[in-house]
Amino acid sequence: MATELQTETHLASPALKPREGDLFNIDAALTEEERAIRDSVRAFVDEKVLPIIGDCYVQGLFPKELIAEMGELGFLGANLPEEYGCAGLSSVAYGLINQELERGDSGIRSFASVQGSLVMYPVFAFGSEEQKKHYLPKMAKGEVIGCFGLTEPDYGSNPAGMITRAREQADGSWIINGGKMWITNGSTAHVAIVWAKTLDGDETGASIRGFIVPTATKGFSSKDQKGKLSLRASDTSELVFDNVHVPADAILPKSGGLKSPLMCLTQARYGISWGAVGAAIACYEEALSYGKNRVMFGRPIAGFQIQQQRLADMLTEIVKAQLVSLHLGRMKDAGTFTPQQVSLAKRNNVNIATNIAREARRMLGAVGILAEYHSMRHMANLESVYTYEGTHDVHSLILGQAETGLSAFNG
Amino acid sequence: MKIAVCIKRVPDMDVRFKIAPDAKGVDESGLKFDISDFDGYAVEAALQMKEKLGVGEVVTIALGPDSVQEILRKAMSMGVDRSVQLKADAVPADSYAIATALAAELQGGGYDLIMFGRMSIDTAHGATGAMVAELLGLPCVTACSRLEIADGKGTARRELEGAYETLTFPLPAVVTIDEGIARPRYPSLKGIMAAKKKPLDTKPAQLGATAFTLDTMALPPERAAGRIIGEGVAAVPELVRLLKEEAKVL
Repeated sequence: MATELQTETHLASPALKPREGDLFNIDAALTEEERAIRDSVRAFVDEKVLPIIGDCYVQGLFPKELIAEMGELGFLGANLPEEYGCAGLSSVAYGLINQELERGDSGIRSFASVQGSLVMYPVFAFGSEEQKKHYLPKMAKGEVIGCFGLTEPDYGSNPAGMITRAREQADGSWIINGGKMWITNGSTAHVAIVWAKTLDGDETGASIRGFIVPTATKGFSSKDQKGKLSLRASDTSELVFDNVHVPADAILPKSGGLKSPLMCLTQARYGISWGAVGAAIACYEEALSYGKNRVMFGRPIAGFQIQQQRLADMLTEIVKAQLVSLHLGRMKDAGTFTPQQVSLAKRNNVNIATNIAREARRMLGAVGILAEYHSMRHMANLESVYTYEGTHDVHSLILGQAETGLSAFNG
Repeated sequence: MKIAVCIKRVPDMDVRFKIAPDAKGVDESGLKFDISDFDGYAVEAALQMKEKLGVGEVVTIALGPDSVQEILRKAMSMGVDRSVQLKADAVPADSYAIATALAAELQGGGYDLIMFGRMSIDTAHGATGAMVAELLGLPCVTACSRLEIADGKGTARRELEGAYETLTFPLPAVVTIDEGIARPRYPSLKGIMAAKKKPLDTKPAQLGATAFTLDTMALPPERAAGRIIGEGVAAVPELVRLLKEEAKVL
């Protein structure tokens, strides 16, 4: 099949010379604003996140004190329009924010992903004008924190089977009963976006609707999930709804069916594909720096072939993952991206990041098990990222279906 | 209150860098560039002054090729209102040549306060600010670690060895800024987007005559590797012997 040669440049800044460490000059494929945004988030992470994150992780605490500044700087819901108090950025810029936040910690990026893609996005996409005007500016500033209640204890990869039920009352208000699990920000949140079935006997999830539920509502309770060995600097909670009564205007009017929460997940998974690259970069840079300085048998260990192979593999996979996310982001801005493409990016990038984190940890030798270094924390975090937002395996099935036309979900 | 802040684009000096083949400067390939540290403090101090007074304008000026536009945009993303690039193929080594061009731009600009970093972190002459003051016939206070403006007067604090001094000066004036005055803010994402729409004028730099030339720039010779002669108490006699007989420092 003949393909036409593209003559126009695909680089946003073709004259830019590569920075040290940027072998493929990916910077040149970014606009000046995108680079400036990346650098601003990077400076924030270097100065505010990296010095404290090891302790937060060991203590099992999410650093809430960072929320206000992240809001002020515009990191939350940054790709949503300016008229709702957001930064109105391109999808690539939004991706770069995720990359840099996760270079700090997956927990920090998870906070921002949930707030932006899983809370602000559904309010923006499915909410009424009143809901958007009321919530989005406060959420962008970090004054109102949200969480996203879709997953249930027995319905993770299969959300259509959820048992949480919202029953409409005679006056149009709703009573919600049920529970959710593995909810990021669950105990920190002021409001929860709760997904519930509105009809009995719905097996396909067609009656699923979204509700904005203030967490202070009577009957709403949350409980921190204890004993995590991953995402320790993140709030992961269980939510219980015991006759939670919300007014008629709590429903997201334009939500309808399982498709609505899945649209949110597509947004979040896009950001995760970038975030994983950030975690991989953090591990790669730590391993590279350690390898150049750690002397064994009279020379730096980075001079040994076995470590150079590790480093070569890491850099190669990072460059590939960056290009996948960047191309995906440009397609997202062009309005042509598909959930299957997002599946490929999330699946690949998180997988390579998980492998890179493990190899970096090994290259660090004994000190690699200390919280003072970053790779093992990322390695443990990425096991959650591998599992959440569509497990690696579920994304395999989505891709398999796209390739073959045959669904493997039910057998 | 109208404030000008003159800023310089410098390489990140924390990374290992090479000298260019002509031995006249740093090899720029692979380096990251930013606003010089002290100039960044000056930008932040100017923005805080404007915010405190509630009125006024902050203008950043940089001299050099088009690559300086990136730091001018960064300053505008932090909140600076507009910028001027004084276009030159390269930044001269002689501060006087630079100061002449800056003074020509600042003259008649109606600035109440003209700010500089105390020195650039790459070439570190620390001369441009004072030269501009002289060319414009304005008072100059260097290395201010605190600065207040009230009633048409400025008050500055300067750190001395083990003490500090406070000075009062009339406006307009030139001040150069030391660290400790204010930590530069991160550009917010809205600020970065807004900076695209702020005015950035480009004018040819009217460089002054150069009084000296830069002959060579070179890296210091590499230090020889250290020698470990042993560990703990057992190694002390040998260490003392070597310090006496070989190094001859005891």
